[in-house]
Amino acid sequence: MAKFKNHILVCAGTGCRASEGEEIVQELKTAVSQNQLENEVQVVRTGCFGFCEKGPIVKMIPDNTFYTQVKTADAKEIVEEHIIKGRQVQRLLYENPEDATRISDSKHMNFYKKQIRIALRNCGFINPENINEYVARDGYTALGKVITEMTPEDCIDIIKQSGLRGRGGGGFPTGLKWEITNKVESAEKYVVCNADEGDPGAFMDRSILEGDPHSVLEAMAICGYCIEASVGLIYIRAEYPLAIQRLKIAIEQARDLGVIGDNIFGTEFSFDVEIRYGAGAFVCGEETSLIQSMEGLRGEPTVKPPFPSVKGYMGKPTNVNNVETFANVPVIINKGAAWFASIGTEKSKGTKVFALAGKINNVGLIEVPMGTTLREVIFDIGGGIKDGRKFKSVQTGGPSGGCLTEKHLDVPIDYDNLLESGSMMGSGGMIVMDEDDCMVSVAKFYLDFTVEESCGKCAPCRIGNKRLYEILDKITKGKAQFEDLDNLRNLANVIKDTSLCGLGQTSPNPVLSTMDNFPEEYLAHVHQGKCPAKQCKALKEYVINAETCVGCTLCSRVCPVNAITGDKKQPHLINAQLCIKCGACFAKCKFGAISIQ
Amino acid sequence: MTKIKLADSKVTELKQVCAKFDNQKNELINILHGAQELFGYLPAEVQEIIAQQLSVDVAHVYGVVTFYSFFSMSPKGEHPISVCMGTACYVRGAEKVLDEFKRILNVKIGETTPDGKFSVSSLRCVGACGLAPVVTVGSKVYGRVTIEEVQQIINEYQ
Ligand SMILES: Cc1cc2nc3c(=O)[nH]c(=O)nc-3n(C[C@H](O)[C@H](O)[C@H](O)COP(=O)(O)O)c2cc1C
Ligand code: SF4
Ligand code: SF4
Repeated sequence: MAKFKNHILVCAGTGCRASEGEEIVQELKTAVSQNQLENEVQVVRTGCFGFCEKGPIVKMIPDNTFYTQVKTADAKEIVEEHIIKGRQVQRLLYENPEDATRISDSKHMNFYKKQIRIALRNCGFINPENINEYVARDGYTALGKVITEMTPEDCIDIIKQSGLRGRGGGGFPTGLKWEITNKVESAEKYVVCNADEGDPGAFMDRSILEGDPHSVLEAMAICGYCIEASVGLIYIRAEYPLAIQRLKIAIEQARDLGVIGDNIFGTEFSFDVEIRYGAGAFVCGEETSLIQSMEGLRGEPTVKPPFPSVKGYMGKPTNVNNVETFANVPVIINKGAAWFASIGTEKSKGTKVFALAGKINNVGLIEVPMGTTLREVIFDIGGGIKDGRKFKSVQTGGPSGGCLTEKHLDVPIDYDNLLESGSMMGSGGMIVMDEDDCMVSVAKFYLDFTVEESCGKCAPCRIGNKRLYEILDKITKGKAQFEDLDNLRNLANVIKDTSLCGLGQTSPNPVLSTMDNFPEEYLAHVHQGKCPAKQCKALKEYVINAETCVGCTLCSRVCPVNAITGDKKQPHLINAQLCIKCGACFAKCKFGAISIQ
Repeated sequence: MTKIKLADSKVTELKQVCAKFDNQKNELINILHGAQELFGYLPAEVQEIIAQQLSVDVAHVYGVVTFYSFFSMSPKGEHPISVCMGTACYVRGAEKVLDEFKRILNVKIGETTPDGKFSVSSLRCVGACGLAPVVTVGSKVYGRVTIEEVQQIINEYQ
């Protein structure tokens, strides 16, 4: 990065690209060349900055000005004002919601203040398609140190002492897993990186692969050295085209530089990496199923033991770790186990990346030390609930997790605390819900997902989850009896206890946690035939209050099925027979004349 | 299912895809990805040829194709519409948006309109949760979609 005076970093993650990211890059480049600044200013595409809510984001180096919600039309002004005249473009600076002042450096924003970036250390700082930028930030030094100065046992010891646990959901100690795989005798072993990221609403691993692919490659090579494997496989979802492309580029550049391939750093150690593609099956994130899928089969889980560490890909010992787990490894080697272990709680060390989404002001990707409370995440970093609504629940752990409430807000986040609260860490999806969300519907949403994604190998999961879904469906339609609630709970427990793999063993969690935390909501559906959040279609009706309706006709014009009649300046009326309960009229009426009953 | 005839040139290309992976049966998923890229979907005839090339039962190929949601046995519309039904989009009203697409185009999820123009499907998380609810048409992404905008989006492609 040396020769240019100024760098303009543009987020080129999937989120920002979806809203003009690429066009902005082009416009900035045009503006740079129009002003003959090609030799002084470089426009760089980086990985995700995390603050997706305010994207597309453009960051100016060296002064760290952080422009938010940049439009293509702003490119020219950024170059001419900021670079040429040295004046910040005020209107593109982030506005502090507390006092409406403008903040130019991201480190002063509440969104970033409580974050510590380890796994995401390079995302948004480097061009992921240029290995030299990774190398300039200590890239591949950890690998060099490990293979030239340490024995596999030394390195495994460091990982063990750091306290790093698997970030893919289970939280198994990573050093211990490496040690087990190391001890199994076999001429052939494999390192697998699990980049299947199936939790809908989670995009941590994708952002790491898009923003810093080399950190994963480096860690896989370190793992290969420790367990004595010479082949690494990355199993990635086919739905992540950008991440796949960046990985391919990274692998090629790493081979050219000689940091993967034969005789790395002139040692005896050789290691190469290949990509394998998923094809859209959630269960393939489960490690035994993932291995089946890599062998070209249906992704059905197998019974454990034997664990992959003993008998995995092609029947050989295989060490499976998650993307984020790997991304932590090079830093641990460089900064030491004690440093890493000083962050976090007693049993959960380091940080965790979360994809914060839902009814929250600051949607984005965050990384916080273990032990941060849910309240800090949702209200300080997340900026609270959208549109001034009231917090109701936060869902962690995706389809395997649970819905936590107000009373859990001060729980320090770590593996054990979340389990104890009836949810789980999972891979890091965190969805915030407000008073308008119906918890029975949310449970039904997850069960719909599970029913679709169950591989069908074992009966409790295949049949049981379908029955759970049907009962939930009955409840949301107001057709359930009290005994259905008992059945729901009993069945949920049976599925949990008797399913073969982690999918079935955790799929009832969204049901059980909502039943435990929101019993009154289930009762209202069953007992009174009412949905307190006014979400369940079958249990609500839109009506126009004739007294407040001024007859502006707005509602009748937006109604997609022409269910609203009424003359201009006369009270309007909804024909309940025709109404499909889409809510468009409700959202449109400026006079609050339409209500849900 | 109606029988379709594959063009000879396409059959040759398909066989080349299989050959690229040495006709290895553990490369089946990669081969299917390649075949779907070639044909846009995986009709029975394509599966039969693959089975022959890899010396496995058609049932085995069919079993794998139907297991993975990324593989489709029916052609997509000229403009494939996907509504993200990830959790973040769901809580921001994606279901209503999906319902509106289904209603206007009069198709169910996974179906294509009779004129072959549009197909509607749901997908799980494109990872643009900041823009929820998200709809994609081909490779174009629409963010913060409201029910009213659904008709406008369709009009863009008519
Ligand atoms: C249904 C199910 C889905 C899973 N999905 C993922 C996933 O998408 N990504 C992941 O890394 N691990 C996933 N896991 C966990 C893996 O089985 C495995 O524990 C993990 O990849 C090990 O890596 P770690 O120790 O680094 O976390 C899933 C587990 C289950 C039961
Ligand atoms: S629990 Fe579900 S996903 Fe797992 S093996 Fe059984 S049927 Fe398949
Ligand atoms: S809810 Fe939708 S369908 Fe019903 S009256 Fe309002 S706009 Fe029309």
